[in-house]
Amino acid sequence: MTSDNKNSQHLFLAGVRDGLPIALGYFAVSFALGIMAKQAGLSPFQGFLASLLTNASAGEYAGFMVIMEKAGYMTMVIMTVVASARYFLMACALSQRFDPKMPFVHRLLIGFNLTDEIFGAQIARPGYVAPRYTYGLFVLPLMGWSTGTMLGIIMGNLLPAGIVSALSVALYGMFIAIIVPPAKQNRVVLFGVTASFIMSFLFSRLPVVSGMSSGTRTIILTILIAGVLAALFPVKEESEEEGEHES
Amino acid sequence: MSHNTFLYILIMAFTTYLIRVLPLTLIRKKIRNRFLRSFLYYVPYVTLAVMTFPAIMDATSSPIAGAAALILGIVMAWCGAGLFPVAVACCVVVFVLELFIK
Repeated sequence: MTSDNKNSQHLFLAGVRDGLPIALGYFAVSFALGIMAKQAGLSPFQGFLASLLTNASAGEYAGFMVIMEKAGYMTMVIMTVVASARYFLMACALSQRFDPKMPFVHRLLIGFNLTDEIFGAQIARPGYVAPRYTYGLFVLPLMGWSTGTMLGIIMGNLLPAGIVSALSVALYGMFIAIIVPPAKQNRVVLFGVTASFIMSFLFSRLPVVSGMSSGTRTIILTILIAGVLAALFPVKEESEEEGEHES
Repeated sequence: MSHNTFLYILIMAFTTYLIRVLPLTLIRKKIRNRFLRSFLYYVPYVTLAVMTFPAIMDATSSPIAGAAALILGIVMAWCGAGLFPVAVACCVVVFVLELFIK
């Protein structure tokens, strides 16, 4: 297979470009996360390292709580699994978008930074996942997420509350921009998104279930709603061979 | 018993990595089961929707500002705006509204 250098460079740069808004959103959110990390007693370097290696918003939030409470190491494992279990489902979904001929090492590398937004950007593209596009996508968000956490620890208290509050919706804005276009094109997705909003609201307010952590609620609702949708509206067998291939 | 922060961080990072990389490496074939395929197709949209609402209203100082950001974001995305414009618009509407809502 001929490796087309220009094309792969183009793919990488397209990834970097799509990563910019994600990185800005990450910077804002990880800044808020840094304020939390500081309360848990992390140094700026520790916060930088934690975010660079982990790349999980809810997971790190839960992890910093564990550190703050000086709970056992096993508690850390369990909290991380619960708070980040949705990545397991996303990784299952993404595994179906890999070219069977793709070298194995890409699976190990792509797994390093499979976040909600990066997953969203990947599935927004047609065809097989292009590793070079994905690596381009990684660059800026990795930097934004880790330095944001560090700066939040260093200077979190200096920012006015109004700015912090405004920045905190950046990620939700991105989630909305990822789910609305497919909902506009596909009635079942539109129905699913609407049902998810309603169920998620009910679960956050009803007794018993509202006592669960938001990570646990997310997992339960995802399995429940996606399961019902899959049973009632199975997707048609598509011709998946058309789409982009990367050498 | 003393606890080492670096060890906590490494455990958190490694556990998270395993959660992501196990499905990516163990599922090597196309899943043929129609229910499973459909389930995995719907998962991302459902999970992102669940995480967005009502969390967006709890993230801001004023729930009304969060709700306004949600509505504006949906309208803009419906009209074809991309990730970045939608995210910025959500931030701006929250900032402006919270100047007035106390």
